[in-house]
Amino acid sequence: MVTITNLHKQFGNLKVLNGLNLQITEAGIIAILGPNGSGKTTLIKSILGMVLPQQGEIKVIDSKVHKRYGYRQKIDYLPQIANFPSNLKVKELIEMVKDLRGQSTRDKELIQLFKLEPYLDKKLGKLSGGSRQKVNLVLCFMFDSPLIILDEPTSGLDPVSLIRLRELIQQEKVKGKTILITSHIMSFVEEISDRIIFLLEGKIYFKGTVNDLKTVTGEPNFEHAIANILTSNHA
Amino acid sequence: MLKILKYSFYDLSRSRWSYVYFFFYLLLGVVLLFLNNDLSNAVITLMNVIIILVPLISTIFGVMYFYNSREFTELLLALPVSRNSIFLGQYFGLAISLSTSLILGLGLPFIAYGVLQSGAIWDFASLLISGVFLSLIFTALALNIALSNENKIKGFGLAILLWLFMAIVYDGLFLVALVYFQDYPLDKFSLITIMLNPIDLSRILILLKLDISALLGYTGAVFKDFFGTALGTIISFSVLICWVILPVWRIKYISEKKDF
Repeated sequence: MVTITNLHKQFGNLKVLNGLNLQITEAGIIAILGPNGSGKTTLIKSILGMVLPQQGEIKVIDSKVHKRYGYRQKIDYLPQIANFPSNLKVKELIEMVKDLRGQSTRDKELIQLFKLEPYLDKKLGKLSGGSRQKVNLVLCFMFDSPLIILDEPTSGLDPVSLIRLRELIQQEKVKGKTILITSHIMSFVEEISDRIIFLLEGKIYFKGTVNDLKTVTGEPNFEHAIANILTSNHA
Repeated sequence: MLKILKYSFYDLSRSRWSYVYFFFYLLLGVVLLFLNNDLSNAVITLMNVIIILVPLISTIFGVMYFYNSREFTELLLALPVSRNSIFLGQYFGLAISLSTSLILGLGLPFIAYGVLQSGAIWDFASLLISGVFLSLIFTALALNIALSNENKIKGFGLAILLWLFMAIVYDGLFLVALVYFQDYPLDKFSLITIMLNPIDLSRILILLKLDISALLGYTGAVFKDFFGTALGTIISFSVLICWVILPVWRIKYISEKKDF
């Protein structure tokens, strides 16, 4: 699904990705974890072609990423910050994204799921942060792409929407899709992910299941296991 | 690209600022035409306003728009759309929206005044054409600044400096050069210097359409000799078109290489 070989990215003097190799072949939910500044978002943005790496190659479903854009048709992406043109109405934004991607969609169902009907005629600038995140989620999930990338999907959501989001992610998994998630909420990651990838200093430090991580670190608690990796490396 | 253009234009056409800009020109046009009976005077006053204001609004509004729509740009970048269509679409959306405010804002009072039947139609047309060119040029320069500077304050500062230089400092330097080298033949030098600044070029192109160009004296004759001919007009417009194409090409170039 995604093949990354020897990826290097540097912003000025700051090395963010340092020879990262990653192969994601199987379907399922994969969490990308790591401390702040470990390169999670840079990795995701490189896959999307928004960040251009200095060195290395990325392939998404047999298509090279560099200087191409057609392959993004097969990716659903949820950005971290949901900020939209404030003069557009929710309905118009959804129509616009549909227009730009040109695929059959299930937007109605998702609007119902997140209870967005009363907001459809409101301008995006007038929405609260949580409602905007819901619009963001609708935009992401309304296409049926084999690869889904979620950058901090839980931010700003109320508990009811959080439960719905979890169900939604599980449904997509059952359809055999690959889902990449970054999140700082460890309980969410532990509950939902099949496998985790732990980034440290621009490389993959650990790859495996949550249980593998607990065994390796000898910590029965997931949050402590993560903390263990960080302290044993940075102590 | 056309889809992005459409949505950018649509977004802007609802912005309060587009209407403020439109009503400003409408008011200015109405006041100048109907409270003052001399059409030529009205065109000159409008020219002075357009020459200064269009570049200022285009640069400031342009920089502001691109900084504000950064998250939206990121949303578009994750969709199967090429970078070219995103940035050129946004550029043309903004430039067309600003030009529309100008054309409609000044056009309506002029039509109401009956300019279509009068001989002044060409004065008026050259006014609008220059205004549209200035909008296209300075929006493109604004986008260049916004794309090259992550820091908004720096971007705004550069945008204002750019405007200040083109609209005021350039003329000052030009004048100093003319006084300093007054013992030398300066007609070629002045022609080239004027050609290199789109604001000066537009001013001369409008002035030469008006009767008052006779008042320019000998210098005016040199200009009339050059800009009045077909060749001069072609060269002037080619320079204006270059002023549009070069910044637009650079937008394309930077946007291909930029990280978001």
